[in-house]
Amino acid sequence: MAYSDKVLDHYQNPRNVGSLDKDDPNVGTGVVGAPECGDVMKLQIKVGDDGKIVDAKFKTYGCGSAIASSSLATEWLKGASVDSAAQIKNTQIVEELSLPPVKIHCSVLAEDAIKAAIEDWRRKQSAREDGAGAGA
Amino acid sequence: MKTPVYLDYSATTPCDPRVVQRMLPFFSETFGNAASRSHAFGWTAEAAVDEARDQVAQLLGAHPKEILWTSGSTEANNLAIKGVAEMYRPKGNHLITAATEHKAVLDPMKHLEAQGFEVTWLRVDGRGHVDLAELAAAITDRTILVSLMAANNEIGTLHPLAEIGALCKQKGTLFHTDATQAAGKIPLDVEAQHIDLLSLSAHKMYGPKGVGCLYVRRKNPRVRLVAQMDGGGHERGMRSGTLNVTGIVGMGEAARICRTEMATEVPKLRALRDRLEQRILAQLPDAVRNGDPDARLPHLANLSFPYVEGESLIMGVKELAVSSGSACTSASLEPSYVLKSLGLGDELAHSSIRFSLGRFTTEAEVDFAVDRVVQEVKRLREMSPLWEMVQEGVDLSKVKWTVH
Repeated sequence: MAYSDKVLDHYQNPRNVGSLDKDDPNVGTGVVGAPECGDVMKLQIKVGDDGKIVDAKFKTYGCGSAIASSSLATEWLKGASVDSAAQIKNTQIVEELSLPPVKIHCSVLAEDAIKAAIEDWRRKQSAREDGAGAGA
Repeated sequence: MKTPVYLDYSATTPCDPRVVQRMLPFFSETFGNAASRSHAFGWTAEAAVDEARDQVAQLLGAHPKEILWTSGSTEANNLAIKGVAEMYRPKGNHLITAATEHKAVLDPMKHLEAQGFEVTWLRVDGRGHVDLAELAAAITDRTILVSLMAANNEIGTLHPLAEIGALCKQKGTLFHTDATQAAGKIPLDVEAQHIDLLSLSAHKMYGPKGVGCLYVRRKNPRVRLVAQMDGGGHERGMRSGTLNVTGIVGMGEAARICRTEMATEVPKLRALRDRLEQRILAQLPDAVRNGDPDARLPHLANLSFPYVEGESLIMGVKELAVSSGSACTSASLEPSYVLKSLGLGDELAHSSIRFSLGRFTTEAEVDFAVDRVVQEVKRLREMSPLWEMVQEGVDLSKVKWTVH
């Protein structure tokens, strides 16, 4: 399969590989996919007090397009507000990386991972607010 | 050393230079039609075809008249399976094969199944072997053909041809074997192994693409086939079509080289393959070797690299021409049906690479391949959430995944 230059670039020089402390209340973690399907993505965001994403990290088990999709996603997430991050669509990833139809699921997985990470962060935030309310 | 390094000899081989030399005059000098009986051009072509037939027959311990030229193994398998099924239908409508066969056997079988034939699909064990007792039990008086490959193309497991052949003979059913991957790698003898039909392809044995043959037993028993290609009645009516004289000459020479050099070539291949496998396993102890460690082709290694996905690994080792045990590189995104038949989890089936070495592989190429694979597996593991979880002590089988 021929890969686009952008996929190759992200695959060879992936941005933001790594992990954030998943127990940090400001970190949201999303893990999507399954080993038997051939791809698992872990995507993490760290959100500042102003609601902006200050850091994003990923680890991906999957094909080159899956690695590139998640690498690109972390680039887009960094500096974005949580609300605008939630608007990222898989079709934007497809377009940016010129993914062929057979690899569209990689972009879907990346979108799901972003949403899962945001959801995790929001859950932690509301738990904290609830906790703070109960303590007052 | 030139890159990419070719380690995909099970997909196809380059023509041996000696094969090319033998073929060259037949393109434009001695270009006759082997079926032209009225002049010297035809006679020369026919003599060359006969010589090649003799060479291929010698490789198999067969009589030259038992060799039918085809366009390759796919055609030979189709002719053997469909040709026997149509000819012997009055005797029975039952055929037996195994789940790990090549598509060129599985699909003709499915075609027959759709036409009302009954097909038994034998399971294989974790090493790729069929259970001979299960095979024996599956054969009935309605069974007309057993088709089991000599060597598996993905994992290299060798079926015990002599035992299967003896069993088929004893039970009175025909035995076909697809020996495409085995030719020149293991001894083939249609008498000792009781083989009734056998398929070969020239391009897997350093001959040209587009030519192959089917061995069809002539005596004890005389095997008959319904032709699948009708026309001028070539090949005693069993396969019409002007003979590919140039290709056939190449296949004959390729067969001669395989037969005369196998004894020296095989130990060399095995040593290189073992070097590759041992060096990778020493540096990546949790890599998994697929297939049978003993009864297998000497030039092939199929390894799974847990926590790393096969397609991304192949993409990473772009200086190596290897293939994924998984069909991920095609459009299907399905892991290899052969590896799944062994009972390998989808995850390991998604993480495998087939290395197949050949006549022109060097030690330096093997060492380079080892370094590149080890380096890339380590890089991808650092990127793998599965590897991270395992390092943290997570049992991956207990994780609730979001299957999509």
